Amino acid sequence: MAPLLEVINIGKSFGSLVANRNITFTVNSGEVLAILGENGAGKTTLMNIIFGHYLADEGVVKCAGRELRGGDPRAAIEAGIGMVHQHFTLAENLTVLENTLVGTQSLWKPTLSSAEARQKLVALTDQFGLYINPDAYVHQMSVGEKQRLEILKTLFNDCRLVILDEPTASLTPQEASGLFASIRKMVSSGLGVILISHKLNEIMQVSDRIIVLRSGETVGTLKTADASKRQLGEMIVGQKIMRPVRRSSRMFDPKIRLQDICTRKTNLQSSMLKNINLAVRGGEIMGVVGVAGNGQQSLAKVMTGHIKPTNGNVIIKGVIALEYTPMAFMELGVAYIPEDRTNDGVVGDMSVWENAVLTETKNTDLVSSTKIVRTLQCRSAAEGICSVNDVRFQSINQPARSLSGGNIQKLLIGRWFARSPEIIVACQPSRGLDEGAISAVHQSLLAARGSGAAVVLISEDLEEILALSDSIIVMYDGYASAPFENNDVDITSLGMRMAGEGFDAF
Amino acid sequence: MILDFLEVLVNAGFWAATIRIACPLLLATLGELVCERAGVLNLGIEGIMSIGAMVGWTAVYMGADLSTGVLVAALVGAAFGLIHAGFTVYLGASQHVTGIGITLFASSIGYFAFRLLLPSSTTPPKITAFQPLDIPILSDLPFLGEAFFQHTAFTYLAFLAVPLVLWLLNRTPFGLAVKVAGENPMALEAQGIDVLSVRTLALVIGSALMALGGAYLTMSAFDAFYFGMVNGRGWIAVALVIFASWRPSKALLGALLFAGLDAYQVRAQQLAGAVVPYQFFLMLPYLLSIVAMVVAAKTTQYPKALLTPFRRGERH
Repeated sequence: MAPLLEVINIGKSFGSLVANRNITFTVNSGEVLAILGENGAGKTTLMNIIFGHYLADEGVVKCAGRELRGGDPRAAIEAGIGMVHQHFTLAENLTVLENTLVGTQSLWKPTLSSAEARQKLVALTDQFGLYINPDAYVHQMSVGEKQRLEILKTLFNDCRLVILDEPTASLTPQEASGLFASIRKMVSSGLGVILISHKLNEIMQVSDRIIVLRSGETVGTLKTADASKRQLGEMIVGQKIMRPVRRSSRMFDPKIRLQDICTRKTNLQSSMLKNINLAVRGGEIMGVVGVAGNGQQSLAKVMTGHIKPTNGNVIIKGVIALEYTPMAFMELGVAYIPEDRTNDGVVGDMSVWENAVLTETKNTDLVSSTKIVRTLQCRSAAEGICSVNDVRFQSINQPARSLSGGNIQKLLIGRWFARSPEIIVACQPSRGLDEGAISAVHQSLLAARGSGAAVVLISEDLEEILALSDSIIVMYDGYASAPFENNDVDITSLGMRMAGEGFDAF
Repeated sequence: MILDFLEVLVNAGFWAATIRIACPLLLATLGELVCERAGVLNLGIEGIMSIGAMVGWTAVYMGADLSTGVLVAALVGAAFGLIHAGFTVYLGASQHVTGIGITLFASSIGYFAFRLLLPSSTTPPKITAFQPLDIPILSDLPFLGEAFFQHTAFTYLAFLAVPLVLWLLNRTPFGLAVKVAGENPMALEAQGIDVLSVRTLALVIGSALMALGGAYLTMSAFDAFYFGMVNGRGWIAVALVIFASWRPSKALLGALLFAGLDAYQVRAQQLAGAVVPYQFFLMLPYLLSIVAMVVAAKTTQYPKALLTPFRRGERH
């Protein structure tokens, strides 16, 4: 019997960028094939070709032995291929059932029949453990539920092969393991699954076979059982990547101090802060941990001047802050690496060079006294920032949103570090980045610490916190614990504190 | 004095006028709503209404019967929708610029054609417009009959458009696709449906409705065509879509509300015109519309992909 999917000699370029070259592989029913690679290795392009969003420059895709018409998602769906996109393809203003029905009935039918569809959907949710309410509106659902809906949509179309593109990028660990259980159920019922990821742990856990891509080419194919994380890591980047190690450094006086800080609830996501007292010294990285939504966002926003506390003072380098604006804090030497780097960090439609000098409105080298931007100087300053921080782009004029996540983050860090900040507030700085970019981000934070800056590192990745922090505080329900020395804590004790242990006294 | 102002509200003539004034607004608003639900702002509305008014009237003037006139207006509107789609959907041009361009083009070519047809007339010639069609039994009801059931067939058709559009958007696979095209076109593409065709068809249907709104003016409300007769109704319809939160049933409410205010101000002018300048009453419906918009806009939810062109096979 022919394999479920055969991909033969696929090649695709975007202008001068070669996204895929000579890629060949097969997928059989009942197996999970993982496609592993850094951001920009060509994984998503390859999947978009298989699913028909893009037309390949060369090569063919065969489904159950028959060649697939390229460049048409309809053909892929009819051949039994389903795809769960990295960015959800859901209409937020419609219900689960309506989203499932899109494209399943002829557009020219006078009425939409939904009774049978509802039954089928409910049966599928039970069969694969993808629980979801058919009448819920998508905008009310959590990320995990939206992910389940995306998978249900493919199953609803009777797909034989399901492509999952970075499915865990925004899931909690619990939601991710629920997803893996569903994937196992799918393959045991005879489906084939292609899983795209750059997370080694997940791949090792759930896949049967692994293909590694680098710069658009296949580096190797191996059975998961025979693979080791170290070996895969080297195949992905082509060389050994070591995360930098924290060494002891000299501590200075506190650069930023929070006294009895309280804030009002600003929106549903951020919880209010209650009587926060803390001090971060120069040369120190303070890790802030906590389950998402326990006040970490508000803490970051108070420390960067985005919100004004209702009570208490922020003291920067010994002076009480009076004006709570991002600009005022920036002038005092505060840098902010926001959690949502694509929306809050860069202006996506503006060019790389504009983004690189975005904070320099008062820099007289770049902006004349009559407030005219000196374009030439700005460009060369931007080029400097990009080359120092290894930001890779095709053109310095390309819009920032077209950069990969890792390059956007390196651009952001480079922009801030060019100002030699004394206080750095970094929120989830390595979330969603590949190994090479993570190690660059860690390197930058440690370098800042080494030069005497105070660094506040807010992260949900406990391993990252333990690797980088000198001291650690836990946030729970808007309260902050006293700082722990890194050596005094481990993942288990932090986990228990994150669940609220030791916070009764407040 | 105050009683006089209240008495207007119990006058069947006031309600009949409200219904009449609402019709063109209602058709145009529904048309704009269909376009915007698919993600395309159609600012060609004012011009498409003008040309609809012109060609519907002309067809009848040249000897066609009334229903053919209505059909011709709808077809010409649809054709302008197709032009709009060519620029905004297929070429991804600015929806604002294209829309205003179509408004200028459609109304100008309408007037030009009218002048070619009737080079020297100063008083516009008349046609035999739609005549009131009494609904059996209901039209004999006291008050209600005169207010609501002694209108023209075109009027009933305009109100019938509300359930039709509701059904189209909420009960058909095509309507579902339209709503997805306006919210997240990638969701449509990912299910193997061509976003561009769906948007084009929505523009065609919407523009046909707009042209009918214009045709109502020359074929039912009045019996002649003259320059500037659409008089901003298209722009009001664009605002009413926002007031309606992109829902057909609320569009009905909005059109009736605006029409009611308009009908009321005419009567208020007669009552108090000697004391208060009539321009004040003329302004009232617009002023109150702005207030209603401000109140309604707070809770409104835009179709998220409105104004965003969709291109296939590009890196996102």
